[in-house]
Amino acid sequence: MHYFPFLVVAWILAVGLYGIVTSRHLVHQIVCLIVVQSSTYVLLLGVGYVTGGVAPYFYDVPVHTPAVDPVVQALALTDVVVEAAVTALLLAFAIQAHKRFGTLDPQELAELKG
Amino acid sequence: MNPAARRWVFLIAGAGLVAFYLWGLTGLPGFGNYPGPYGFIINQVAVGQTKATAVVSAINFEYRGFDTVGEEFILFVAAAGVSVVLRHLRGERERSALDEAKDRDAPPTSEAVRTLALVLIGPVVILGWYLASHAQTSPSGGFQGGVVLATAFVLIYLSGQFLVFKRVSPVAITEAVEAAGAAGFACVGLSAVLMGLPYLTNDLGLGTTPGAIDSSGTIALISFFVGLEVAAAFVLIVGELLEQTLLIRQEGR
Repeated sequence: MHYFPFLVVAWILAVGLYGIVTSRHLVHQIVCLIVVQSSTYVLLLGVGYVTGGVAPYFYDVPVHTPAVDPVVQALALTDVVVEAAVTALLLAFAIQAHKRFGTLDPQELAELKG
Repeated sequence: MNPAARRWVFLIAGAGLVAFYLWGLTGLPGFGNYPGPYGFIINQVAVGQTKATAVVSAINFEYRGFDTVGEEFILFVAAAGVSVVLRHLRGERERSALDEAKDRDAPPTSEAVRTLALVLIGPVVILGWYLASHAQTSPSGGFQGGVVLATAFVLIYLSGQFLVFKRVSPVAITEAVEAAGAAGFACVGLSAVLMGLPYLTNDLGLGTTPGAIDSSGTIALISFFVGLEVAAAFVLIVGELLEQTLLIRQEGR
């Protein structure tokens, strides 16, 4: 019994959060948010893993072969779609923030009180 | 708050988060010991019930198909949102995608990039359609295939110019394709309601051979519509973002 993949999750999450907190550029901050969200992929796939299990595709293996949990994999797919949507919207907001305030530094933007 | 104070607050909060996370880990069954039972049950029954050998697709487009309708509309709304946020504001005008400096031309795209992009367009389109049309068979589906298809349009942008990208993906047509994809998914579900069955009931013939191209009924059909929707949504989003960098400038800048 070991927990290494879950520790990787914590590490990715922490690195991403640190990046968001200390970021000096909105696009960098958005990339950090993507890093944070990546930790959820590792967590989902890690939770559903079965030692020795095959991928849940039974095209060339018999149906009763031990396989990993497909539910969390479907959830990871949803996760990716939501991330793409969120990233696109945030980048659009970053463009408008730069047009309006002439800066992409979150700390300067906070002072502007736009 | 100054950056140093901000960092200290984060480190204290982060230490608390890590402590709680590690405490939570002790209650987990450990990596590789997935306890079930849902994943195991669905792995056993999905192939027989849906004639799809890809259980992840069967979950996405059949068992929790209603959730996937919502998921698809998240992307639909995001594309619309990007269009709204990046609309032309007062005081903005379009400018052609030339270099800002007057005394030199924009460097042309290198021959290597153009050639590679042109060579890749064909295979990328085929791979995208293959993924979008084989959701029932292999690790693929409309979401993955749609993104790959949208990549073909980005390659057109890379190989030529932004204006060619706009010519092959006019906003009106892309929006129509996106709407058709989203409406197609919703209507597949409604067709079951018209026959007096619950929404999104798999009312098409399932076929006989699991994983065959004509198997799995509505799973393959929904995946096709999702592929259309996702490809169009990504082309719209990429086009909007490129238009901002290349065409739109504020007055006097």
